[in-house]
Amino acid sequence: MGKTKTDVHRSALRKALDAYWFRNLLILRALLLVWAVAGLGCGVLFADRLNEYHFFNTGYPLGFWFAHQGSIIVFVLVILVYCLSMNALDRKHHREIEIARDQERAEDPS
Amino acid sequence: MSVTAWTYFFVATSFTLYLSIAWLSRVRDTRGFYVAGRGVPSAANGMATAADWMSAASFISMAGLISAMGYAGGVYLMGWTGGYVLLALLLAPYLRKFGHYTVPDFVGDRYDSNWARLVAVICAIFVSFTYVAGQMRGVGVVFSRFLEVDINVGVVIGMAIVFIYATLGGMKGITWTQVAQYWVLITAFLIPAFAISFKLTGTPLPQAGLGGVLRPEVAGESGVYLLEKLNAIQSDLGFNRYTDTFTGAWDKVNVFCVALALMLGTAGLPHVIVRFYTVKSVKAARWSAFWALLFIACLYLTAPAVAGFARYYMIDSLNGKSAEELPSWFVNWERTSLILWLDDGDGLVRYSAREDNEIFRGGPLTASDLGRIRVDHQLWMDSEGARGVDGREVLRARGLSGPDNDIIVLATPEMAELANWIIALMAAGGLAAALSTASGLLLVISSSVAHDLYYRVINPQATEKNRLLVGRSVIGIAVVVAGVFGIYPPGFVSQVVAFAFGLAAASFFPTIVLGIFSKRVGTWPAIAGMTAGIGFTSFYIVACVFFGMQPWTFGVLEHGINPQGIGVLGMLLNFAVTLGLTPFFPAPREEIQDMIDSVREPEGAGPATVIEASMDH
Repeated sequence: MGKTKTDVHRSALRKALDAYWFRNLLILRALLLVWAVAGLGCGVLFADRLNEYHFFNTGYPLGFWFAHQGSIIVFVLVILVYCLSMNALDRKHHREIEIARDQERAEDPS
Repeated sequence: MSVTAWTYFFVATSFTLYLSIAWLSRVRDTRGFYVAGRGVPSAANGMATAADWMSAASFISMAGLISAMGYAGGVYLMGWTGGYVLLALLLAPYLRKFGHYTVPDFVGDRYDSNWARLVAVICAIFVSFTYVAGQMRGVGVVFSRFLEVDINVGVVIGMAIVFIYATLGGMKGITWTQVAQYWVLITAFLIPAFAISFKLTGTPLPQAGLGGVLRPEVAGESGVYLLEKLNAIQSDLGFNRYTDTFTGAWDKVNVFCVALALMLGTAGLPHVIVRFYTVKSVKAARWSAFWALLFIACLYLTAPAVAGFARYYMIDSLNGKSAEELPSWFVNWERTSLILWLDDGDGLVRYSAREDNEIFRGGPLTASDLGRIRVDHQLWMDSEGARGVDGREVLRARGLSGPDNDIIVLATPEMAELANWIIALMAAGGLAAALSTASGLLLVISSSVAHDLYYRVINPQATEKNRLLVGRSVIGIAVVVAGVFGIYPPGFVSQVVAFAFGLAAASFFPTIVLGIFSKRVGTWPAIAGMTAGIGFTSFYIVACVFFGMQPWTFGVLEHGINPQGIGVLGMLLNFAVTLGLTPFFPAPREEIQDMIDSVREPEGAGPATVIEASMDH
């Protein structure tokens, strides 16, 4: 016995869902790394080292700047990039689901 | 017009505005009451979240705290903004897709257990009450400082206003009022900041001004960076240099732990999470997290600049001045005993970190206590030490050296010599900050009791009308309880705020994250993890704060772990216990696994349709 109609449907959708989740996790990992490096890294762990330099030509020591300004700016940008990339991923996912449904209709025209 | 007249004008106008908004957005069903009918646009939700988040403490106290702490003040800046990244990436979109009304709803449904729901309800109520008590007190304090009415009268006025708009409009009324409150508070905060930046550095943008060069007429020489000058003055007076990292008890481990605990706590605070239930879609939830942090950043990027300016300005305008030369802001705020000057007999002010410091604050001392200290001190000066008591030693022994932190924000408009109406605007801003946070918290308390406890556990057959009535009554009761806390503050309010963050970090954050990102974790490991996290965190904070336990050093750290940072260990413990027990307990039922699938993707096209249809939406 072959697969029933719903099995095919479910497995195609399953695949699309798993692919979506996998890509989502990749984006998350990359962005959380940026979050950690900017906030906890530059703002705290390396702040004493970074304080030996200045933020461009201003009076801000670099470590202090990250703790009081830079980390917050990076956080806002991280969420912005997240929104843009997830919305793109959502559109891609939507197309994949449509394709899976079309295939299913083509295989079983009844 | 005088400052007081302007203050009455702004407070009355803003309160009328809030009440009109509440009347226009009154609701008739539970969906409107708990999640504003899920019709809030993302930018508006971002503003409401920002106002909800920025409390009286953010508005009045934070800049002052940073001003006194220098670099280490960054833990609050990073902690209270970094949490939004975790919230946006790990929680908000998924919880919006799940789409019920509250945080305990998710915990209860995902872990398939009313016990889990109950633990979550207790956490939500505890965290919210801890927080709301401070807000009500904040309302009273703002009233008493700007309008010279009794603190308690101020608390009662605040209670009445919140009561009206929260019971009338529920989440919908609260959301639109918060949007208005955001604009009031951000305007009140930014105008003085721009003005003082311009006065000191010639650059109106505070963020550039703090890193910029002082005006030659201010510094007495040209081309000096403000921060360098500030560092030099600070070390002359015996304080730590302003931009130096890791001084005193704020070593690297503690700065790291406290910043991380505040981030995790922020992401786990129920009154922030529920805001993401009010938007239209998953996409809107993501965008509204972005807008929220952007609007919050407007204040959080300005606060450290205000802190630096006010620090410089305060030291510079006080030190070495005689009684006649003192600036007018000092004279005005001395009446509130936020700042006091006890001279050593040379007639000149000296503010330092050493024993010769002459600047103090009244703190919890009453007016009559302070009067007595002043009389004894005058006697001590007149008799050149033969009689009377040196008031400086008395206040130093009580830990009241230096001005009250709140004065930094409250006195900034006067330091910058701004017009009366701007000084008055600060009062409206402070009230907006306190009221918006209080109303958001009250709604969480109401939904935890009326929805999670009454409807989901006690009486699942309750009618819509009935549930709405219970929701409204609970808000009413919660307002009164919060007001009583505001009038009779339990002396430990400021210390328990650390508790709220610690608990949120150790309970909600790990439990919700595992609920979304693991399909394997079952009921009992999750309950055990939450209980372990909460138990450990509460034990450490209660023991350290109330029973004088020495902070743990684990034998390797120079300074023990600050109770504010213990939430990090609580969170790790929660994760460890939950994941450690998971292999020994069954995985969730198939329906729950399908629910997780549906939460993970935004389309609603996943295999899970059964749960969606069967649940109340």
